[in-house]
Amino acid sequence: MLGQGIAKGLLQTARNLVATYVDKDRLPTIEYPEERQKLPEATRQFPFLVHDGDDPSKGLRCVACQICEKECPPKCIYIVKSKDKRVDYKGQTQFYPAVFDIDVSVCMSCQICVEVCPFEAIKMDTAFEFSTPDRFGALLLDKHRLAKSAAHYREIHPADAAESDAVMAAESAKAEAKAKGDAEAKAKAAAAKLAAVPNVSPEAQLPPPNSGSDSPTMPM
Amino acid sequence: MTSPDQIFVSAKEWLVALFPAALQPMVGALVSIAAIVAVYPAIFALTTVVERKLLARFQNRPGPNRVGIPFTKIRLAGFGQFAADGIKSLTKEDIVPRDADRVVHFAAPIVLVVPALLALSVLPVGRNMAALDLRETGLLFFFAIGASTELSVFMAGWSSRNKYSLLGAMRGIAQMLAYEIPLILSSIPVVMIAGSLSLVSIAERQSAVQWGVFHSWHVFTPWGLAGFLLFLVAACAESNRTPFDLPEAESELVAGYFTEYSGFKFALFFLGEYLGLFAVAGVATTLFLGGWNAPFTFLDWIPSWMWFFGKLGSLVLFSVWLRATLPRLRVDQLMDVAWKYLLPMSLANLVVAGLWHFTAAWPAALRWPLSLALLAAPHLLLGRGFQKRFGPRVYRYAADPRPAPANPAA
Repeated sequence: MLGQGIAKGLLQTARNLVATYVDKDRLPTIEYPEERQKLPEATRQFPFLVHDGDDPSKGLRCVACQICEKECPPKCIYIVKSKDKRVDYKGQTQFYPAVFDIDVSVCMSCQICVEVCPFEAIKMDTAFEFSTPDRFGALLLDKHRLAKSAAHYREIHPADAAESDAVMAAESAKAEAKAKGDAEAKAKAAAAKLAAVPNVSPEAQLPPPNSGSDSPTMPM
Repeated sequence: MTSPDQIFVSAKEWLVALFPAALQPMVGALVSIAAIVAVYPAIFALTTVVERKLLARFQNRPGPNRVGIPFTKIRLAGFGQFAADGIKSLTKEDIVPRDADRVVHFAAPIVLVVPALLALSVLPVGRNMAALDLRETGLLFFFAIGASTELSVFMAGWSSRNKYSLLGAMRGIAQMLAYEIPLILSSIPVVMIAGSLSLVSIAERQSAVQWGVFHSWHVFTPWGLAGFLLFLVAACAESNRTPFDLPEAESELVAGYFTEYSGFKFALFFLGEYLGLFAVAGVATTLFLGGWNAPFTFLDWIPSWMWFFGKLGSLVLFSVWLRATLPRLRVDQLMDVAWKYLLPMSLANLVVAGLWHFTAAWPAALRWPLSLALLAAPHLLLGRGFQKRFGPRVYRYAADPRPAPANPAA
């Protein structure tokens, strides 16, 4: 009968109207500034620089190798390498970035900088509220605004951070072992040198017969 | 102390009595005009927010709930929205197309709003509360004024020199002319039974008591019920409300006849449309829903003007509900509904009203089924034809001549 469909439709929409007041699931809107959706773990927005410890000026992992700057497809990273070296968080003497800028208005969130970084120093952040009345200055993030602690990274991306921490731990263990081996080799070489003091001239041309490394002053 | 029912009437009398006798008729008219110009746009402002909030709820959204008092945290549940919208439309640039007919383009929104306000003036909004009681021509005046909105639609569409505007205006004219006829024919039974064109006396007539506690609203009769439903459909079309909003179909015509309007002129069109909706809702209330009468005699203590505006508001909310439910008709379906359904049904309703008038002495057990049968038969017969028309459209001339692709599953 004509009109049945209209009545049915009216009933259906009325049911929907009432349900939004009764059933929370039927009003799924999350009212953004007050309420926030939990972001999925894979969320990524713009890169940030990881630092260990509490002081970002000392603990920055970045050694200004500039690989990310070269790899960045939209060229939004700008690095100036320091003239001097300083002791980093591992106790090694390294360069550090005197200037590290990322223009987030250019960044396309591709994560290539993260993938190429050999020092686990740059990671993707989840912060997305960058709206500002200043188009240029406020969207050019310098190293002070980019620096965030490793604890922050562990919080936003726990799985990735655990992986990254494991890589770091393995590397430092390797470095430690190597340092130890180097020290032993050095000691052995010194002993050998000491034993062969009388005829130093022919032996000094040759490397030590079975030393673990080729040079005691090698980095890492 | 006057009763709350007559509070506005006595307030007006008191105000008018302050002036010398020579000025009193004019002051009285000015007070009534001021009341109309203040009250209905205020309802319009409220309606815009309520409609948006309700539509949102129908679609499982919260709707506007932010705008409150500026510079504070008070949000008023979004009811400051109309003020923000008003300020926005007042301060927006008023763009007139270079090739437009400037005079007609300027006049069109005014030609829409003024008749809508005039049409509202004949409505009896409460006991003794009609701004303009035209004893001989009330309803006729209303329809005559209401028809002039078509002129505004065409003025807007034609003067804009824009194809969408003109198409929208053409659609608007076709639709409004087609639905004017069932609108008037469905209200004629009321005039036949009441024996008067005055809206005031039609409303008064419905305060008679029947079945003990009921006021005799016209909707409580077979012809009144059918007439009310027919009037509602035609009124929806006449005020360009969904599902009859073809003249401003966004998906096809940008914004229809007011595509080229911006700023305050656009707001005037918006206002005019809603005033038109209030006018037809007010007339539907007066003709069929007992005007300012309460439904039951024991509710008579509630002031009459509250009943009128309550019923008007309910009809407006119902139109929002319809808007949230029904999709837009196609143009051919629109014409079908007007000429092949509403027109014959309203003619059948005239016959039923005549029957009702002449069988006043018959017992209700005979009168009711006979009247309902006389209405149900044409409804069923006409409806059978529509079942086919309202299905999916079959393009006979655009059939694909290629063989159907083989089913990959087979």
